[in-house]
Amino acid sequence: MARTRNSSARRLFANIRYHGFGIVVGLLFLAPLVWSVLVSFKPSVEARQPPLPPWPVDGFSVQSYDNLAQYGSGIWTYTGNSLMVSAATVVASVIVSLFAGYGFSRFRFPFKNALFVLIISTVMIPFQSILTPLFLILTKLGLQNTLTGIVLVYVTLQLPFSIFMMRNAFDAVPKEIEDAARVDGASVLRVLYRIMLPLVLPGVVTVAIFAFLASWNEFLAALILLTDQNKYTLPVLMAAVRSGQFGTIDWGAVQSGVTLMMAPCLALFLLLQRYYIRGLTAGAVK
Amino acid sequence: MTSLQQPTGAQPVRRRNNRSRRNQLAGLLFVAPALILVLIFFVIPLGMAFWMSLHNWPLLGKPRFIWFDNYSRLLQDAQFWISLRFTVYYTVIVTIAIFAVAFPLALYAERSRPLTKLYRTAFFLPVVVGFGSASLLWAWLLDVDSGLFSYVFAYSGLTEKRINLLADFDTTFWSIVVMVVWKTAGFNMIILLTGLQGISTEVQEAARMDGASSWQRFRRITLPLMRRTIALALILSVSGSMLAFDQFYIIADGGPQNRTVTAVYWIFSQSFMSFRLGYGAALSMVLLVILVIISVVQLRLLRNPEGM
Repeated sequence: MARTRNSSARRLFANIRYHGFGIVVGLLFLAPLVWSVLVSFKPSVEARQPPLPPWPVDGFSVQSYDNLAQYGSGIWTYTGNSLMVSAATVVASVIVSLFAGYGFSRFRFPFKNALFVLIISTVMIPFQSILTPLFLILTKLGLQNTLTGIVLVYVTLQLPFSIFMMRNAFDAVPKEIEDAARVDGASVLRVLYRIMLPLVLPGVVTVAIFAFLASWNEFLAALILLTDQNKYTLPVLMAAVRSGQFGTIDWGAVQSGVTLMMAPCLALFLLLQRYYIRGLTAGAVK
Repeated sequence: MTSLQQPTGAQPVRRRNNRSRRNQLAGLLFVAPALILVLIFFVIPLGMAFWMSLHNWPLLGKPRFIWFDNYSRLLQDAQFWISLRFTVYYTVIVTIAIFAVAFPLALYAERSRPLTKLYRTAFFLPVVVGFGSASLLWAWLLDVDSGLFSYVFAYSGLTEKRINLLADFDTTFWSIVVMVVWKTAGFNMIILLTGLQGISTEVQEAARMDGASSWQRFRRITLPLMRRTIALALILSVSGSMLAFDQFYIIADGGPQNRTVTAVYWIFSQSFMSFRLGYGAALSMVLLVILVIISVVQLRLLRNPEGM
């Protein structure tokens, strides 16, 4: 009797310790995110003070968002730029890697393995070291300072991951499935679109999530390749605000910008967590 | 990344006919868009970067071929060496710090109890926000007037009055280390977690039966069996940190006194603020070689079971 009580007390203690750790550490990781969102809803004067308590004392206010909206050519321009760049990067990455993954998985052609290794091994080369020539090439192509130019760069940077993912996705589909369709006389593109696409859809979702997060958040290339203020994406704009290019730093407005930048990433992750983690671990288990 | 060999290789020989030639063409067409992109936006720029590094290349005006002058100049560039040394220092410290946090988190999150998934998600959330957003967030938390830390330090009596944490090298450096650990620990936790989950429970159970303590099990079973996973997390952390830029640019602006200017930051400022494109390209080539060496060495460790 005494022993069972003792062991159940010990189990209770172990449980408290386990969940206590989880809650405390979990809150530590969440705190900065929550803090930033909360301060963005304080009135400007209050947002200038140290953020204790973290929540707005004088009631919620969207003043910081109003101030954010005033910067440069208006926040909608920059949000629009960011959305267009991300959407285009997602669509182009998916299409290019879907084709390439299918090609590398299912076809035989000269230098196939060498070309695959060439594409994949570009991850070893830091893109930061080729930004100057990229700048010159985009200028030559008339794409410097255009959203199209930066999308092409982002798609290229995503290719090793995207193609690796998609080739593995196609490799996992049994050959017999498409052979049967081919015998029925369906064209290659039709087989890819009608039969293969639904089967590799999880891979497509993973590629899309990573393409979105990378292009939405990318800073250095955008900072260099987009010199016209109207073309700035959100991270470039907000860094300019932080550096004081638009006058005294309004921290409330900066944090409302941070909230605006974080929101789609957090939402996307929480909705599609499974696909995101799959992408992360794809490299780890190989 | 390690299994580059084609597992589904050879097709039956009997298919070698017209259809197979058409298939070859189809295959090439399918991979063509990717190849063209990689060629124009990666391979050619890479060659150009080397070519430019042999020139005095102003933004406007004619480039002048100067052989390896840029390289001999960078040997005497004090700021380049300061930046490189700082970047290596940062990489070592931040990598250790990330592992010190991520490993316990992975061990913790491996257990499956109610709510574990929820905690894991909380640890992971900062990973999905960008480095730009995270830097802007922490720039505010670190601000002397409107931020959290200097206020809390002064209020708790840790410092006499509110101090500007970004005015001193050490406080700037450690603040950024804390921020990066916060931002990336969850990522490394997930990588390490996949390694932990690959270890069969029977092995652990057998060791427990034999009376091995939990430390012994960790040291003798968990760590050796996770060698590859650890090496992968190391590669990603080291190469990522060697290329750090956003947080030092946004939070510290390279300061105080240019002491937190990282290697990429120095390349950026030479190429796009001083517009010495040729010199910037030479700096880039040096960084590139360093990173490729790091990757190759670490990949060797990853492949070779005796390597660690």
